[in-house]
Amino acid sequence: MAENHKSLLVDPLVDNNPITLQVLGICSALAVTSSLQVAFVMALAVTLVTGFSSMFISVLRNHIPSSIRIIVQMIIIASLVILVDQVLKAFAYEISKTLSVFVGLIITNCIVMGRAEAFAMKNPPMASFVDGVGNGFGYGLILMLVGVIRELFGSGSLFGITIMETVNNGGWYVPNGLLLLPPSAFFVIGLLIWGFRTWKPAQVEAREYKIQTVEAH
Amino acid sequence: MEGLVSLAFKAIFVENLALSFFLGMCTFIAVSKKISTALGLGISVVVVPSITVPANNLILNNLLAPGALAWAGFPEVDLTFLGLISYIGVIAAMVQILEMTLDKYFPPLYNALGIFLPLITVNCAILGGSLFMVERDYNFAEATTYGISSGIGWALAITAMAGVREKLKYSDIPDGLQGLGITFITAGLMAMGFMSFSGVNL
Repeated sequence: MAENHKSLLVDPLVDNNPITLQVLGICSALAVTSSLQVAFVMALAVTLVTGFSSMFISVLRNHIPSSIRIIVQMIIIASLVILVDQVLKAFAYEISKTLSVFVGLIITNCIVMGRAEAFAMKNPPMASFVDGVGNGFGYGLILMLVGVIRELFGSGSLFGITIMETVNNGGWYVPNGLLLLPPSAFFVIGLLIWGFRTWKPAQVEAREYKIQTVEAH
Repeated sequence: MEGLVSLAFKAIFVENLALSFFLGMCTFIAVSKKISTALGLGISVVVVPSITVPANNLILNNLLAPGALAWAGFPEVDLTFLGLISYIGVIAAMVQILEMTLDKYFPPLYNALGIFLPLITVNCAILGGSLFMVERDYNFAEATTYGISSGIGWALAITAMAGVREKLKYSDIPDGLQGLGITFITAGLMAMGFMSFSGVNL
């Protein structure tokens, strides 16, 4: 059993990553990564919500009629998100302002719904909790990676602490402004996916269209 | 009136929900393989928020906002913390009602949009529209305009994306980039294109 839990926790990190392979929860992954601190808080919030919502849904799974299960899942998730939102507003007001609508959007984050639907409805509470946390970590991992790249090269700092002194402050590093703008998030994630799939060729998607090679004469 | 036109322009191009706030990305990536399906989903994304954003605006101003319950004799009650759960409830209920109405009275439209409607409940663009409405303090007219135009912006983006992807499948892409990877990079290039609208001010 313990073995099983470990694989539930580790699998979503690389082999079955929610963002790069299952294509879930991309919205917030792109939007909150321009600074590492915000990305960290977001990853933590999503991990907590996914873990606990999976656990509660799994506890209730035998009592939920399947016709109204989406509404029940939504209500459980929304209640947890309200909790997170209120805690953030009370203890980390600045960060909650930067995250703005994205805390609320955890409700519609497909990772939370996806894990509830695909795993928690069929498995016992403890395993569901571990699976939720594992997927939260997998999501967090990508978020932090993108956050590191965007903040380090976009403003020369990590967690707000200067690593490379920028030219504006009399240093040597010319920051790449593009990395602070929305389009760069797409590029960074696209390239990360490329990297992941070169490392694990099993994840490569099949071509829809085979390109013919032309024989040279 | 002029304010509303400028708001609509801003919501469609400058602050495009898909390309500058990354909302509804899951469906944006998953359903953009063919122009016809992308257009169908796009139309539902215009229809649903143009009902739910104004509806949530009424709920916020008449039930949840501080002092809004004065008419019921509770002037000092502040229920804004119930916001998230009410908005998602309204959206889920609206989608259900819309689905039943279309099924009963407009079967051709139901056949065209039917399969997309369940997807809409969990589309962040829909909830995002309502949340931006709350954050920016829109009044009823602004909320209606914003609901419609943000949907149009999203529909425009996904249809354009589907157009690009239909051509893209014939190109020779490195194995690791196949599918998801190249889609992200294309979306990034489109986002850069849409950024050029940011200087335009009506």
